[in-house]
Amino acid sequence: MVNLTIDGRHIQAEEGSTLLSAARANGIEIPTLCHHEALMPTGSCRMCVVEVSKGGRTRIVTSCIYLAEEGLQVNTKSQRVQEVRKLVLQLLMARCPESEVVREVAKEMGVNPEPRFKTSKDKGKCILCRLCVKACESIVGVSAIGLSGRGQTKKVGGPFMEAPQACIGCGSCVYICPTGHIVMEDDGKGHREIWGKTFNMAQCRTCGRYFAPLEQLSFISKATKVPLESLMVCTSCR
Amino acid sequence: MGRIRTLKDLDLAAKKGLETLFPKKTKIMVGTATSGIAAGALEVYEELKRECEKRKLDIHLSKTGSMGMDSLEPLVEVIEPGKPRLAYGKVTKDKVSPLIDQVVSGSIDGLKPAYRIDDEDDLIRQEKITYGKKIEAKLKGIPKINELPFYKKQLRIALRNCGTIDPENIYEYIARGGYYSLYRALSSMTPEQIIDEVTISGLRGRGGGGFPTGRKWLSCRKAHGDIKYVICNGDEGDPGAYMDRSLMEGDPHSIIEGMVIGAFAIGAHEGFIYVRNEYPLAVANLQKAVEQARELGLLGDDIFKSGFSFDIKIVRGAGAFVCGESTALMTSIEGKAGEPRAKYIHTVEQGIWNRPSNLNNVETWANVPVIIARGGKWFANIGAKNSTGTKVFSLVGKINNVGLVEVPMGITLKEIIYDIGGGIPEGKSFKAVQTGGPSGGCIPADLIDLPVDFDSLWEAGSMMGSGGMIVMDDRTCMVDIARYFFDFLVSESCGKCVPCREGVYQMYEILHDICHGRGKKGDIELLESMGKSIADGSLCALGGSAPNPVLSTIRYFRKEYEAHINKKKCPAGVCRALIKYSILADKCTGCGVCAKRCPVECISGERKKVHIIDQGKCIKCGTCKEVCKFDAIIVE
Repeated sequence: MVNLTIDGRHIQAEEGSTLLSAARANGIEIPTLCHHEALMPTGSCRMCVVEVSKGGRTRIVTSCIYLAEEGLQVNTKSQRVQEVRKLVLQLLMARCPESEVVREVAKEMGVNPEPRFKTSKDKGKCILCRLCVKACESIVGVSAIGLSGRGQTKKVGGPFMEAPQACIGCGSCVYICPTGHIVMEDDGKGHREIWGKTFNMAQCRTCGRYFAPLEQLSFISKATKVPLESLMVCTSCR
Repeated sequence: MGRIRTLKDLDLAAKKGLETLFPKKTKIMVGTATSGIAAGALEVYEELKRECEKRKLDIHLSKTGSMGMDSLEPLVEVIEPGKPRLAYGKVTKDKVSPLIDQVVSGSIDGLKPAYRIDDEDDLIRQEKITYGKKIEAKLKGIPKINELPFYKKQLRIALRNCGTIDPENIYEYIARGGYYSLYRALSSMTPEQIIDEVTISGLRGRGGGGFPTGRKWLSCRKAHGDIKYVICNGDEGDPGAYMDRSLMEGDPHSIIEGMVIGAFAIGAHEGFIYVRNEYPLAVANLQKAVEQARELGLLGDDIFKSGFSFDIKIVRGAGAFVCGESTALMTSIEGKAGEPRAKYIHTVEQGIWNRPSNLNNVETWANVPVIIARGGKWFANIGAKNSTGTKVFSLVGKINNVGLVEVPMGITLKEIIYDIGGGIPEGKSFKAVQTGGPSGGCIPADLIDLPVDFDSLWEAGSMMGSGGMIVMDDRTCMVDIARYFFDFLVSESCGKCVPCREGVYQMYEILHDICHGRGKKGDIELLESMGKSIADGSLCALGGSAPNPVLSTIRYFRKEYEAHINKKKCPAGVCRALIKYSILADKCTGCGVCAKRCPVECISGERKKVHIIDQGKCIKCGTCKEVCKFDAIIVE
């Protein structure tokens, strides 16, 4: 266990735990946009920054990556921290004016849009938190989508921005996307469309409901060596 | 020659190198680094070859790296046994035949040598190399190299062999004391002793950060892990910077030798040289050098029978500025897209594939063999207190002597710009110098006495960076310069974190507006506060230092920003949307040159009568002002 102070409170944290988890475990809220407990943190949104001091040196660090240290003093709400979070939200509101989620977080934190910023029209609701990419890689295990380009042209998609061959239509990316940018449509007649690819849905042998893409079921069958036949029943009928 | 395993083998190799370095016949060298090639050096080399063959002359023809004085390119040097080395500048293809005539007849009446080298110090062997003891009377009028203002204050340690040896010939490197430091390190020093020597030398990272090299090596040596790596960062990407390029092109073995010594000290057996693919000659010369070193057993297994093994792989960068950042570079070596990661756990502990990795810049590595040969104390006595040794700078922009210079740190900006650089061309005045590339800042004229060392530049709001030095005259708009660097940074931001990806872009848009007369009240304050938060909130050093060009120009040239925003004027006369060219009636002679040269034909007037500019058509290119001999055209 390491002893540290967060916002003036003495806190004990397990060795190897991040400042974010130590704070949250003690009821201290730090806002995040690109963090998900099921995935390795990357520190890309910068909402979770905090100010740390040790040995007379004070600096801003990313709490989702920075590990708790003995004797560290952490300030999660200092002026400098607030300024960074405010800028991040204003920048994201300019990037994704359509995103209700970003607007709501900003509103909660009392941050107004910066009128001087140019608003984008072509970025949709994607804040490039890369949760979708990481989920596809490390949870689903297919790496169907990835990031391409850099800076303002960086975006998420399949290889060469074409429909990703490796996609199994599981929809994990849709589920994990914090802003609702990724669109997945089921037509109710046995088809699902996502990332420009159309999937045939499997029908539950018991209730007849279209419940999962066939490609997903064969992927699971291959990975788990459970015969495909045994997977043809939906979760409610199992 | 077989593998070099003993000191005797090394001596034999050195002897072989001397045969071509100082042959017993006339030798002609052409500087064929990129600076030479750009000026036509390869054609000159080919022409020399043809001419020598045609005349059946027994002349040793050789290629070499850059001597640094780019205004003299293509540079051809003639060495005759027992005579001073003579350097001829601006030898174009058509001057080859007359030059050969001169060499054959022994005269120097036609083409005048730019300088002569009577002798030089071999830094590593600590010997004086004498080219010519007796100086003929006719040569007395030719300045010695260190009498030229450009070279007088220089001390070439990292660049010690550039422009003297053939970079493609390992034996010539050995003849200059090359690989002797490695022999010394492997045969008579412990890793700890090597690290001590580097620590005593005070050597700090030449890539920009200025981290003490000895301390870095020690951390990596102490880090847990069986497999460790050493890396050379040759991804030089700052606009206007070509120090590392010249070194990789002109003396690749100095880098390789430094790396082997470092690897032995750290306990690494594998190394990488990450070099940008935009440097084809550097890639080729490094590749050749690695192969030669391998052939001679200076890379590979059991080097110098010490039991120590080490090899180097060359990795080519695919053209991303951010890959010069150490963690992005390591990610790129792993085969992934070059994105940085937070350095809360240092790369000396977890670098490539999460293994301890020690990264140093090209110039840092090139200094290592000299430190081992001469000792840390010797090195520490050069330069300034906390910035020991020398630093290579590429001196570019509005400066008379454009080129590569290596100076002891602590020298003032004034000495570099006026004494070495020869001041500002066309009688214009010095306004500012940009150091440290896009991560650095602009230092104004009133700080010209600032000593050039890591800490002084940092305090002035800039940084040493890798060594780019862009000199600006009074016709440079500082808002436009900030906009230029931001344009660069917008396209080079990797896009991983929000403050850099979105913030630098929004700052660019505001700067663009200001330069186009759309600046708003409050913009300066907004830029300042954004700059602070971007520096605070960015993931890596690229974002962390990105605001510097804006923050430093606001700090020193705030009035210029205010003029753009409040008065819609560009005081330097650069931002086209804010300026107007007009002709002064009392000065115009009606010569018509401006009208003739105007690309959009917007100047009219009768011969010998005052001309006028059609403001509606004028594209504000400034050609008229440049060509007017009577100063009759003003910009405001």
